[in-house]
Amino acid sequence: MTANAAAGDAVGAAVADAHRREWAFVLAATARVARDIDLAEECVQDAYVAALDAWSRQGIPRNPGAWLTTTARRRALDALRRDRALRSKLPLLIEPDLPPSGSGLSEPGDAAGPARETATGGRAEDDVIPDDRLRLVFTCCHPALAREAQVALTLRLVCGLTTAEIARAFLVSEPTMAARVTRAKKKISAARITYRVPGAAELPDRLDAVLTVVHLLYTTGHTAPAGENLVRADLVDRAIGLARMISALMPDEREVRGLVALLLLTDARRTTRADADGRLLLLEEQDRSQWDRAAIDEGAALVIDALRGGCPGRFALQAAIAALHAEAPSYRQTDWPQLLQLYGELLRAWPSPVVALNRAVVRAMVDGPESALAEIAEIELDGRLDGYRYLPAAKADLLRRLGRRGEAAQAYQAALELTGNSAERDFLTRRIAEVSAPPG
Amino acid sequence: MTQYAILIYENEGSYADASPEVWQTAMEAHGRFAGQVGEKGGKILGGEALQPTTTATSIRGDVVTDGPFAETKEALGGFYLIEARDLDHALEIAKLCPAPYGGVEVRPVMDTSGG
Repeated sequence: MTANAAAGDAVGAAVADAHRREWAFVLAATARVARDIDLAEECVQDAYVAALDAWSRQGIPRNPGAWLTTTARRRALDALRRDRALRSKLPLLIEPDLPPSGSGLSEPGDAAGPARETATGGRAEDDVIPDDRLRLVFTCCHPALAREAQVALTLRLVCGLTTAEIARAFLVSEPTMAARVTRAKKKISAARITYRVPGAAELPDRLDAVLTVVHLLYTTGHTAPAGENLVRADLVDRAIGLARMISALMPDEREVRGLVALLLLTDARRTTRADADGRLLLLEEQDRSQWDRAAIDEGAALVIDALRGGCPGRFALQAAIAALHAEAPSYRQTDWPQLLQLYGELLRAWPSPVVALNRAVVRAMVDGPESALAEIAEIELDGRLDGYRYLPAAKADLLRRLGRRGEAAQAYQAALELTGNSAERDFLTRRIAEVSAPPG
Repeated sequence: MTQYAILIYENEGSYADASPEVWQTAMEAHGRFAGQVGEKGGKILGGEALQPTTTATSIRGDVVTDGPFAETKEALGGFYLIEARDLDHALEIAKLCPAPYGGVEVRPVMDTSGG
């Protein structure tokens, strides 16, 4: 009994592990055969369920991903063969320029295809299953889909999260998230968004959209917009895993390495961002000895690589900024002039008011709070950051340092009214109390 | 190949006061577009320019009213029906479609043939 239970646990763990590591590969390879996302998802889910039983009886395969892919693809082909009507209705996801791989992939209308695949679907084809994960990622992040749909689809299709899990991560109801996912899938099929990696001309823009989605996943996990926990570790890990995966698949893209570096360097500080009571700690208050040195070393090495060759993109530049912070022995000893220069470059590569705000904060360290306040006043006039909680928070901090306590309290209050994150609310409340207390 | 409609939404005022030269330029631009679609490997199946929304009449149920269905700053002023390989191809073509006073919307055409 005990031995059986232990074996069962081992199989369960192997399936869970394969779900985490191999989902994207299995789904991407199955989508190519199924030519329909819903059918592919269904078959992949079935394959994972079948694995629990089969692996208990036959043992865990040497290559679980290949086993799952073969099983899922066979199911997809069976479904298509059974349902000819379904097949004829599926122009979906077709990549017209797919090279015939000789691995039994059926061409549309090739009646012999599915049967051949089913007959040969075994070990022999395991080695030739093409890696379609990039196609899947680019399809999920297609610019014709709304950003929130891109994010939801990426989590669902690339990471294998359930709709309920995604809904929880983004604090929306499950029916809302289900509708969002369904709408996006319908558009992919009706508007005929194809399953492919964009060509060289479109690649920079399309890749930027992909990296933006991954970064958004990270920041959503890193600073949960509301709720008790400042960090939603699972989302953070998923984002880093995704960035690493894309980087491995696109080794020539420096911006991807920049993103991996940025996430690693930011995440190296994860455990020091709040104290034992969950109170938010600023960069200058964090215990630098607790930062993850291995992550910082890996990130810093990637930054050097990402900056090589000139004209770095916004992720590489943000990573360079994060590296400078991570490698500074203390807050005071940070190389602020160098940071200010990097922020200037970043603002040129990415003219965003948020970057301008961050540069103003660094400006305060180089030229003093007065000149930073003047820069922030200009950003406020621009209006695009109305409702952005870090603007009044940054302003409040500068005013506090200048001893303008009344104005500081007002600005902290404005920031407080804009945030739902409880760690951030506590921090701001403490600051208001500090600047409102009689001086002494 | 899939069919897509390219719906051209523009600020009508810009054409209402337009000089003959502006019209001439617009016509030439659309003429060039027709050639470019073929070069891109797509096909124009049809298309028309519409009279302004001041000439529109709307019918809802049995009620006939003067004016367009929805009052918007940028109104539907014309359309093309094209054939393209997929959405990316359709968007590549639609980016070339002249719409200096607004923009275009790309919509896949529904296949109602059944089967």
